[in-house]
Amino acid sequence: MDYVRYIDKTRDYYFKQGYEKSYKWAWNDSAPFTPLAKPLAESRVVLISTAGFTLVPDGGFSEEELREVKKGGSNVGSYDLEVFPIPSDLPEDRILYVVGNHDRAQSDMSDVNSYFPIGRLREFAAEGVLGSLASDFFRLKENYSQRKTLEVDAPEVLRRCREDKVDVALLTPV
Amino acid sequence: MSLVARHLEENGIPTVTFSNARDISTSAFNPRLVFSNFPLGNPAGKPHDRENQRDILQTAFRLLETASGPGEIVDTPHVWSGNKDWMDLIFSDEQPFLTEEAEAERQSLLEKNQQARKQP
Repeated sequence: MDYVRYIDKTRDYYFKQGYEKSYKWAWNDSAPFTPLAKPLAESRVVLISTAGFTLVPDGGFSEEELREVKKGGSNVGSYDLEVFPIPSDLPEDRILYVVGNHDRAQSDMSDVNSYFPIGRLREFAAEGVLGSLASDFFRLKENYSQRKTLEVDAPEVLRRCREDKVDVALLTPV
Repeated sequence: MSLVARHLEENGIPTVTFSNARDISTSAFNPRLVFSNFPLGNPAGKPHDRENQRDILQTAFRLLETASGPGEIVDTPHVWSGNKDWMDLIFSDEQPFLTEEAEAERQSLLEKNQQARKQP
């Protein structure tokens, strides 16, 4: 099966830049497992992503704000928040991709459903394939600290999912 | 992201992770994985291709219904484009992978880490 070896490629790349020690990717030889408790048509589904997008406020960003937002890492918009909720009924055009680890040469990130399939999931819920959608979906800021993800972000997401009686989670890392 | 999937799964919420980086996702060992061989940024399907996106989501729904243990992976059959040039170009000198901002952040973290290691 043909696919890109990102771990090898990043290791080689940083070695060539003079860094001896490469990024330590998460490695596990097993995973926890919870079977589906009830049919999807009766399940409440949440969507969680690390894609680098922000939410467009009512009335849109001003041009100056938009320039700030496009730089990423600014305090305008929600891009820099660690865990932020996205109402699952939010119109697609209120989600704006800002910056992140996507393939810039191939993807202009102009279709939210490629990285955060909020519209597609609404269709499946309307068709009855899914029981319901969580009130809020979530975006997590991509974090280099695995410890912080484990100790802060993951428990926060779990807490909110339990509060909303979520049965199933779909995750789209970018 | 896999850490979040594992944490939810451990606490009674089944998960499916959609990935465009098969080696990273399998190294982290996600409870369930749907892999599409697309450039990074398109875990849930090709842009502006509703049928493709629906198919990839439905693949995940089937996996939720059929998986009997952790680590099941479905490789979707979809191809990004007619040739594989995009795969060869990744991380080449002509096409550095990270954005300048992400690269700068990464470099500064690497430097900080190196300095921290040098200190007694």
